[in-house]
Amino acid sequence: MARVWMFGAHVNTDQIVPGRYAPYMLKDEAALRNYPFVEARPEFAAMVQPGDLLVAGPNFGCGSSREYAPLALKMVEVGAIIAPLFARIFYRNALNLGIPCFEADLTSVLHDGQQVETHLNEGVIVANGQTIQLPPPPAFLREVWAAGGIVPYYKQHGRFPGQAG
Amino acid sequence: MAQTLAEQIISRAAGRPVRAGENAVVAIDLVMMHDSISPSIIKVLHSELGAERVFDPERVAVVIDHVAPAATIQNAEHQANLRRWVRQQGIRHFFDVGRGISHPVLVEEGLARPGMVIVGSDSHSTGYGTVGAFGTGMGTTDIALALATGRTWLRVPETVRVQAHGHMRPGVSAKDLGLKVAREIGADGATYQSVEWHGLDELSLGERMTLATLSIEVGGKAGIVVPTGAAIEAHMAQHGYQMPEWLRVEARATYSRVVEIDLSVLEPQISVPHQVDTVVDLSALGRVEVDVVYLGTCTNGHHEHMAAAARLMKGRKIAPGVRMIVVPTSSEALLRATEDGTLATLIAAGAAIGTPGCGACIGRHMGVLAPGETCLFTGNRNFRGRMGSPEAQIYLGSPEVAAATALAGYIAHPAELV
Repeated sequence: MARVWMFGAHVNTDQIVPGRYAPYMLKDEAALRNYPFVEARPEFAAMVQPGDLLVAGPNFGCGSSREYAPLALKMVEVGAIIAPLFARIFYRNALNLGIPCFEADLTSVLHDGQQVETHLNEGVIVANGQTIQLPPPPAFLREVWAAGGIVPYYKQHGRFPGQAG
Repeated sequence: MAQTLAEQIISRAAGRPVRAGENAVVAIDLVMMHDSISPSIIKVLHSELGAERVFDPERVAVVIDHVAPAATIQNAEHQANLRRWVRQQGIRHFFDVGRGISHPVLVEEGLARPGMVIVGSDSHSTGYGTVGAFGTGMGTTDIALALATGRTWLRVPETVRVQAHGHMRPGVSAKDLGLKVAREIGADGATYQSVEWHGLDELSLGERMTLATLSIEVGGKAGIVVPTGAAIEAHMAQHGYQMPEWLRVEARATYSRVVEIDLSVLEPQISVPHQVDTVVDLSALGRVEVDVVYLGTCTNGHHEHMAAAARLMKGRKIAPGVRMIVVPTSSEALLRATEDGTLATLIAAGAAIGTPGCGACIGRHMGVLAPGETCLFTGNRNFRGRMGSPEAQIYLGSPEVAAATALAGYIAHPAELV
């Protein structure tokens, strides 16, 4: 089972990891795992479990291009992020790191703290016995996720997704 | 088939005609990386991708601007490593502490040019649209891949056209237009899209950069100010290059949306905490007392912005209990402000001057805010905790409003000074 962590609209990357907690500013870069939502939601890093879901309103990840924001979420093994719209740099960064992002609005369907069953490869969530089918990401994004991120994808294929071989 | 500026630029870089909505792999004209993300970029480039050299050292620019000069021993060590790496890679376009923020510096140096595809490790890389380039921000991994291959993949964006009409009144400037657009279309109004700024031929380069950098604050993938007008002509002449003949506004290009703004009735705009798109007319704000006025950043720290503030502050003193911090966007801006007396006016009024760079915009040094403090900021983000304490309040406004506010002690209209 996965816990739902509910967030509002326009969650920016300063809320996910403030610039003062960048690896550039840390003595121990591995400490980044302690800082997702360090100010916006101080209990998050200690309580989040591998596979948990982030469910948010539109424009998730707006603001800075800092990849350490999704990296911090990857370090605590967030299962997927579900929002009706992602800011584009965050979406690319999450894709590159292999974090599944689904474009759907579940903010009025699920609630914070809810335990749900997830089958992310099929894009399925089961909540209170009800099955929710998430819209599948475009095919080339699924290929990148399947490879574990853009670096393994590029090394495997020797090209970018969609580039002639 | 008529194309938007973004479609024209990406078509050239992809080597085939493209339309909004398709994916393209493009050749990159210039990759920008800055100090803050460089340790992780270098690690991915060498350790994960196994590349020994960047694809072309002439097409890479490295700028130390995010913590400049270094605030901690860690920063200093990262910066020392970066200098060594730049030498090893044979990168000539390296700009060290004090030269300024990457976006203005690459424009001033004539490296960013019309029609280029420029990717940068900073979200405000939309700023290269100041000179008609397609500039876009990316994260560590995309920049490392760009450095290794000279390429990236892009979804060709749709375009939001901002059409300005008329002329701004005194005391109103490009920042007010940028915030007005954020108010009209929202913080995600141009997500995945390019923003094209039309009807602004009379703007200076610094004012163009205000709009190009603010384009990311409405979600823009790029923000291109139509590269026509006297300021662009003078800049091209100074650097000895010409507008590519293939880059021009095509009347029948398709836009996802056109936002019409009448500049002649535009009032100073203020973005109130904690989102950029929560914008009000200054006249509707009510009295907001401030502790700090901060004039700087890639958005509003240019010479003309300091000069606009100085014109209003000449012979006056900032209000008791208020501190004013001025961080020029670049050494060129600082030098010009020194030469024409702008800096002397600001210092005589009581302002503190910082080293050109990003300064407190990312909340790391040079003027971070305490809990409970209120700041009038000429930058581009007022997110909670952006400039220091999450208990601080950040209001965004123009350089003219910054000057009036510093003198009044509360967020004030420039007209109140007359």
